[in-house]
Amino acid sequence: MIHPPVLALRGISKRFGGVQALVDVDLKLRAGEVVALAGDNGAGKSTLVKVVSGVSPADRGVIEWEGRPVQIKRPHDAHSLGIATVYQDLAMCDNLDVVGNLFLGREIDRVGILDEVEMERRARDLMRTLSIRIPDVRVPVAALSAGQRQAVAISRSLMAAPKVLLLDEPTAALGVEQTSHLFDLIEEVRDRGMAIILISHNMGDIKAVADRVAVLRLGRNNGLFDVSTVTQEQIISAVTGAADNAVAHRARPDEEAWP
Amino acid sequence: MTGDGPHHDGPGARPVTAGREQRGRGWQENLRGYALEVRGSVREGERGPVLVIAGLIVIWCVFQALDDKFLSPRNLSNIGVDIVGTGLVAVGIVFVLLIREIDLSVGSVSGLAGAAFAVLNVNQGVPEWLAVIVAVAVGTAVGAFHGAFHAWLGVPAFVVTLAGLLIWNGLTLYLLGASGTINIDEEGLVASLTSRHFGADAVAYAVAALGTAGYLLAARRRRGRHRAAGMPYRPQGEIWLRTALLAVAAFAAAYTLNRFQGLPLALLIFLVVLVVSDYVLRRTRYGRRVYALGGGVEAARRAGIGVERVRVAMFMVSGTLAAVGGLFVASGLTSASPTTARAAGSGMLLINAIAAAVIGGTSLFGGRGSPWSVLLGVLVIQSIASGMALLGVQDAVQFMITGGVLLAAVAADALSRRAAARSGRSRATPT
Ligand SMILES: Nc1ncnc2c1ncn2[C@@H]1O[C@H](COP(=O)(O)OP(=O)(O)OP(=O)(O)O)[C@@H](O)[C@H]1O
Ligand SMILES: [Mg+2]
Repeated sequence: MIHPPVLALRGISKRFGGVQALVDVDLKLRAGEVVALAGDNGAGKSTLVKVVSGVSPADRGVIEWEGRPVQIKRPHDAHSLGIATVYQDLAMCDNLDVVGNLFLGREIDRVGILDEVEMERRARDLMRTLSIRIPDVRVPVAALSAGQRQAVAISRSLMAAPKVLLLDEPTAALGVEQTSHLFDLIEEVRDRGMAIILISHNMGDIKAVADRVAVLRLGRNNGLFDVSTVTQEQIISAVTGAADNAVAHRARPDEEAWP
Repeated sequence: MTGDGPHHDGPGARPVTAGREQRGRGWQENLRGYALEVRGSVREGERGPVLVIAGLIVIWCVFQALDDKFLSPRNLSNIGVDIVGTGLVAVGIVFVLLIREIDLSVGSVSGLAGAAFAVLNVNQGVPEWLAVIVAVAVGTAVGAFHGAFHAWLGVPAFVVTLAGLLIWNGLTLYLLGASGTINIDEEGLVASLTSRHFGADAVAYAVAALGTAGYLLAARRRRGRHRAAGMPYRPQGEIWLRTALLAVAAFAAAYTLNRFQGLPLALLIFLVVLVVSDYVLRRTRYGRRVYALGGGVEAARRAGIGVERVRVAMFMVSGTLAAVGGLFVASGLTSASPTTARAAGSGMLLINAIAAAVIGGTSLFGGRGSPWSVLLGVLVIQSIASGMALLGVQDAVQFMITGGVLLAAVAADALSRRAAARSGRSRATPT
């Protein structure tokens, strides 16, 4: 099944003071696929996520959404396109309860007055359908474990029924069971046509759920592989720089040549 | 009152197994959920009122023992009026504290508003209502100015407002410099803010009854909605207990006030401000943003909240309420003078307002607290001030005691925050 590319990044560059975090990064994402983003610490993965989610826009480069160029300057722009994000640092309001965090920025209200009952009902339903185990939806997230917080952040991102889902190391704090549960979930939403970028350091995880793997090294593209054909060693050597795929990549700028 | 019955079968993807067991387990589950809710709010540091009320009773007993005029209807009634100026300023501080910032200029801004009103109305002959509007608008504008420096230029709020403290105090002295002390019209609108009392007993009782009934109805309505949706709700008994406690406090206050001159207009205005601001903060979408900023600026920003605009708005609220509070202070003194302006600049009002907010349970660390915290806090502060004034304690000692009270309140806040963090973390094991 061939889906049209929902999101395409071309020549994305971003620098922080003296650090060139991203250099001419290209990435293409089709509806109904999971692209894993791999790379060493500081390779620029989270920076790329924040570019797409509007948290810290790129200095240069083009973002295309369903074939036409768009500007993503604020988180709001990304939300309204249909991009949802789970950040590496989760970014939640510790003083608010789970319901408050799930609905932050998109509360259910009637003429500005919060409808707490409806939000709580939906929150409970959501926690139940995703089998997320937390003490209660009314406890402040400060009282949750790291894994529970991560689960809440993931539910929050899914609640908006996005077209593109950006997951920055979503399994970092999850236990074995919750991780496999998340992967089932990813496969389910992918089959419904959602496009997913999954950042992970775990090769096993990448092999388990991703369709393709894009490698970043020192802020540059360093290879793009089809998960069904690539070996773990090939990915690792691209990540560590043992294999320099940057040149190979640049020699083929036409992305249709990508696997 | 047990939450059994079919109301648990909400729509959605509830597992099928729930259906049969639900009936018998309903109220237990509800109780468990409710207990968790209570535990949550305790951990959030909202246990406050009981401790503060106990402290207030101790303070009252001590001063009453030292001087039996302290608990007279006259003195209590005066306290009821005197809390309002500081209280309104403190409510403004709460808004700023909730977003984890501070406004050190409120004392100066309140002095500026009083002076602006007096100069416009008395010296320039501007109609009183217009002078009031201008004075309040000056407060709003000053707040917007601080907020803009902080939000858009990124200057730390305490520095901006510290500069403001001096600037607005200087401007106040400059305005009053030419004329010295200005006495305001004792029959006028502003003077009546603190002098007017509703003489008829019925008014105070009606307000007490209205407040109690309003609380009861709102609590029952919430309970009904939660119950209908199959979610944890407050037990009936607790609602009645809380209502009874509220009724006792409200009617005792009304009775005491009626034994002097009746319900003061100032107190009524203060209560209205508390009810409205509490509602806005806790029940509206906008209020949720304010709390969100206090709990995590970055999270709020990523959720699409216009962080800068909320920041500016909060400083505008604080400037506005400081100006309104300033009019009540001027009203109480029936004058604006360089002496009182210097006093405003010395920071007594500022310290009292911060202390009132923090004693009542609003955190300096952002995201926790409510306008209602001010009512108890300012009662504590004003009771101490009034008691010391009755006993003729000299200023020097009053300063030290007020400073000490602020320090104690802030220390308690920091300790409760640490305790909250600890209990939060200790529970942070997978369940
Ligand atoms: N806000 C910032 N200010 C300055 N430098 C930054 C900022 N954010 C990221 N960087 C720098 O950009 C580079 C890429 O960082 P990024 O967080 O994207 O890495 P990453 O691939 O996500 O690494 P990790 O696997 O450790 O999460 C790093 O060198 C980092 O120091
Ligand atoms: Mg990262």
